[in-house]
Amino acid sequence: MSMLEVRGVSKHFGSLRAVQDVSLTVAPGELRAIIGPNGAGKTTFFNMISGFFPPTTGEIMFDGEVITQLPVAARVARGMARTFQITEIFPELTVRENIRIGAESAAGLRLALWRSAADARRVEGTIDEMLTLTGLTTKADRLVGEMSHGDQRAAEIAMALTLKPRLLLLDEPTAGMGEQETYQIAGLIRRLHKNSNYTIILVEHDMRVVFNLADRICVLDQGKLLADGTPSEIASDPHVQEAYLGKAG
Amino acid sequence: MNSATTVGTTARPSIDSRWLQLIVIWAVLLTVPLWLPFVGGYTALAGRVLVLGLAAMSFNILLGFTGVMSFGHAAYFGLGAYGAGLALKYLAASTPLAIVMGTLLGGVLGALFGLLIVRRRGVYFAMVTVAFGQVAFYVAYSWNDLTGGYDGLRGFTREPLHLGFTDIDITNNGNLFYYFLLFVFAIAVALQGLLLASPLGRTWLAIRENERRARFLGIPIERHIWLAFTISCFFTALAGSLYALLNNFADPMALHYSLSGEIVIMTVMGGMRAFWGPLLGAAVFVVLQDYISSMTVNWMSFIGLIFVLVVLFFPRGLLGMLRRRDAA
Repeated sequence: MSMLEVRGVSKHFGSLRAVQDVSLTVAPGELRAIIGPNGAGKTTFFNMISGFFPPTTGEIMFDGEVITQLPVAARVARGMARTFQITEIFPELTVRENIRIGAESAAGLRLALWRSAADARRVEGTIDEMLTLTGLTTKADRLVGEMSHGDQRAAEIAMALTLKPRLLLLDEPTAGMGEQETYQIAGLIRRLHKNSNYTIILVEHDMRVVFNLADRICVLDQGKLLADGTPSEIASDPHVQEAYLGKAG
Repeated sequence: MNSATTVGTTARPSIDSRWLQLIVIWAVLLTVPLWLPFVGGYTALAGRVLVLGLAAMSFNILLGFTGVMSFGHAAYFGLGAYGAGLALKYLAASTPLAIVMGTLLGGVLGALFGLLIVRRRGVYFAMVTVAFGQVAFYVAYSWNDLTGGYDGLRGFTREPLHLGFTDIDITNNGNLFYYFLLFVFAIAVALQGLLLASPLGRTWLAIRENERRARFLGIPIERHIWLAFTISCFFTALAGSLYALLNNFADPMALHYSLSGEIVIMTVMGGMRAFWGPLLGAAVFVVLQDYISSMTVNWMSFIGLIFVLVVLFFPRGLLGMLRRRDAA
């Protein structure tokens, strides 16, 4: 069964047709990349999946359940987590405190006035696990706002992972990063995919990252789905080369 | 509760300096009646600091620790005052009952009003809170028969406390009443401290720091803003009911938006990211008001000037500045 199934989804902002009739299916354990030129509708498409706003028409199924109109909190509860193009973190808190907010939310402690010893162990255990997974253990007590872009992104991904997501949505995780940081984040995504078997959808600009990591790639152009296939199929697709890769260089 | 004193501040004092801060604050508050007369103060002034300090600290649950601005907190303060006054005048001659009724009146109305406004953000949220405050003001102002209208609600006095084994005369003995206020204040701020240090308090902090991130961590933002607003209103109404007991009087100005503004000034001046900041702000505000207004009727322009200077030179407030220095 598919993890995510999107059927004929469109989004109109007034007369602007940002996304038109896009369908795709993502299997459990798959790493799917969505690429396309600027303004192709990638982020709009992403926002509909994560529940930022509902589509104008079409249907979204997550794990066999229709979630088209569900609010963000309900999608998170069903196992969906996302990161943002511009890193969204709690800058005045430390890495550990950032992750703790996610871990306590996931543990159902959002309204709690105290933590039992068992809860505390569970939450702190999750935090340590996420720190190890993202390689931030030695930086756990630094303020996130004062860290490098790559470490901030890793912290944001760690926060998303505390929700134990069955689908992880990453919106341009290497946007605005240098060589070293891109390498750091690409390595993290690869580990999450290969070692921890997360299902991941990735919107990305950096072609090397996409073609190295993705199992399958969707190409959006002017709001429409132009192609959907394996990296080698996409690389040899004449439409894609014309609309996108050719121009990009 | 001490752990809450530093939640979310960039300059983090060590555990030791937190204890030191706590000891200094309580040593000062507990000894007020001993030294205040020697510096030219009087106990009722210290009572005012406690009451307005509690109001500002309650307001700061919302502004400093959830990141939501209200410009109408005088409404809940004033409702607390009227609730306490009306209870003493018409229900029963009992000080504890007056406090409970005042807190309930302001808190429950705040909770109901909160339901209507939690979807608004920023300036829009602030503006509707002002509007509600003014509605409460005009009701108190116009409903002569019940509230005494412009002249305020008179004809009630705080009652001695009956503890079964003994009575405590807080009616005439100013120092005893100060300690009674301090007792209620201590319970209230201890609860606030525990609340802000709890996982729930961290949830609010997450909303303050980054609402979008918090939403995508599965936190239902509107519900939590409502909860923070409601709890803030209950504590503010508690402060208001103490205000009525302090003055044996409740007047419409306790509901007026100018008081809402003063609560904001105290909070920001003292330091809204520091747990005790608003208390310090209230102390500075009340003392300056008392001192300057004895010399000129234009006291507010001086306080305004001081406020501007504080915000310009110590954007984290007076306590934020002290803390930064001690961290350096």
